[in-house]
Amino acid sequence: MPKIVFIEPDGVRREVNAPVGITLMEAARQHGVAGVVAQCGGACACATCHVYVDPAWAAKLEPPEDMEEGMLENAWEPRDNSRLSCQIHITADMDGLEVTVPQRQR
Amino acid sequence: MLSTIVIIGGGQAGAQAIDTLRREGFSGRLVLIGDEPELPYQRPPLSKKYLSGEMAADRLLFRHRAFYDEHRVELRLGKKAIRLDPAARQVELADGEKIAYDRLLLCLGAASRRLTCPGAELLGVHYLRGLADVAPIQAGCKTAARVVIIGGGYIGLETAATCRKMGCDVTVLEMADRIMNRVVAPAVSRYFSGEHVAHGVNLICDTRVVRIEGTGRVERVVCADGSSHAADMVIVGVGAIATTELASAAGLACDNGIVVDEYCRSSDAAIFAAGDCTNHPSLRFGRRVRLESVDNAFEQAKTAALNLLDRQVTHDRVPWFWSDQFDNKLLIVGLSQDYDSQVLRGDPAARSFSVCYLKGRELLAVEAVNHSKDYMAARKLIAERALMNPEKLADGGIALKEAV
Repeated sequence: MPKIVFIEPDGVRREVNAPVGITLMEAARQHGVAGVVAQCGGACACATCHVYVDPAWAAKLEPPEDMEEGMLENAWEPRDNSRLSCQIHITADMDGLEVTVPQRQR
Repeated sequence: MLSTIVIIGGGQAGAQAIDTLRREGFSGRLVLIGDEPELPYQRPPLSKKYLSGEMAADRLLFRHRAFYDEHRVELRLGKKAIRLDPAARQVELADGEKIAYDRLLLCLGAASRRLTCPGAELLGVHYLRGLADVAPIQAGCKTAARVVIIGGGYIGLETAATCRKMGCDVTVLEMADRIMNRVVAPAVSRYFSGEHVAHGVNLICDTRVVRIEGTGRVERVVCADGSSHAADMVIVGVGAIATTELASAAGLACDNGIVVDEYCRSSDAAIFAAGDCTNHPSLRFGRRVRLESVDNAFEQAKTAALNLLDRQVTHDRVPWFWSDQFDNKLLIVGLSQDYDSQVLRGDPAARSFSVCYLKGRELLAVEAVNHSKDYMAARKLIAERALMNPEKLADGGIALKEAV
């Protein structure tokens, strides 16, 4: 199982083992990672699972689709490496992926 | 000092309240009573990816069992609360157990409105509300199975899209002259009708079901105009009714939902309520509403949880809703009643557009079809009571947030 690192809003580093096939958001929620609200449960409808992907990793991920881009544009403090964690499906090569949870989700 | 908080209802609201209560430091006894046997799970996928088999059951869960153990949540799942005694501050379960509370949170949800026409009780007539409803529907979703869906609202249409994708022969019967007529503008109804028809759904509006026929199990659905629709399975999606029996029997004020104030407090000071079961004030829109949505369940539960801990927080949110049908996403924010004009942005033929509702220049609601930018911008603008510039608004080339 790939190990994913979440940096919670208060700086706490959480390492979680995430099964391949689920999304980054689901992994965060299952482990109760602080700050990943994920109100809509992965429908790309709420932008409350926003994370900043470690720049070293950002380019390795499948790029966001239009719907996600549109959500992110008006999310809380978007950056170039912003993603919705519900749109990132965990694959075997994501071992060590590090993402930072923003201070707020809106 | 509060020693015991009891939550009745293990849906979105109940799950969220647990999360907030523990995160906010409530360390007393916390009991969750739910009449379904499963751990709290998400309902929206039931008509979509869970029904189609793309999503496994354990992915529906908000939290795994370890979370409840770790947070010392006493689970009473598969247990029905049958009596509430506000004077004694006690809940009684069907199995006889009595649980005393200092504060109680009711997250009772809503139940499917049932058909009452002749034949409504035949085998093969289904409703889709809970996890247990899905398996019998899945079993009937065989290739070329004739599925008749009564009701062209969210549930009916999402289910129609999923059944169609699974290879069923799907007919949707809607009583009004257009689908989703109570929740979206005509342009949005038109767009989604087009999508359903293009995907091979037999969509019939302006028709009233008068009876379901069959020997033992459903064989056909008959409408008032005499038309008859052969059916191997019928799925009914004709709305939902707030679950209030427990509350009203206990003497709590109920009126199309459990009546609560902006603190989510019921007519009994020790009892709060959240989610689909509540009739609550919308501070933004200045009237009472009852909403069936994930967002409302989540936000009210959070507010209620804080107020259970005496934090004095008001529920003051702009509601939002979504629906997935085929590869389309409908995103709605705000409440569209009391508007005096509608402005279309973009071109439905381009498969991405939105409809804005204005009262004067004030933005009340936006329905966005495959247009997340307008939707996200609208969430902020509506909350801020932004005044729009109607000319700029009508130009889909100008970003919504700039059209002020």
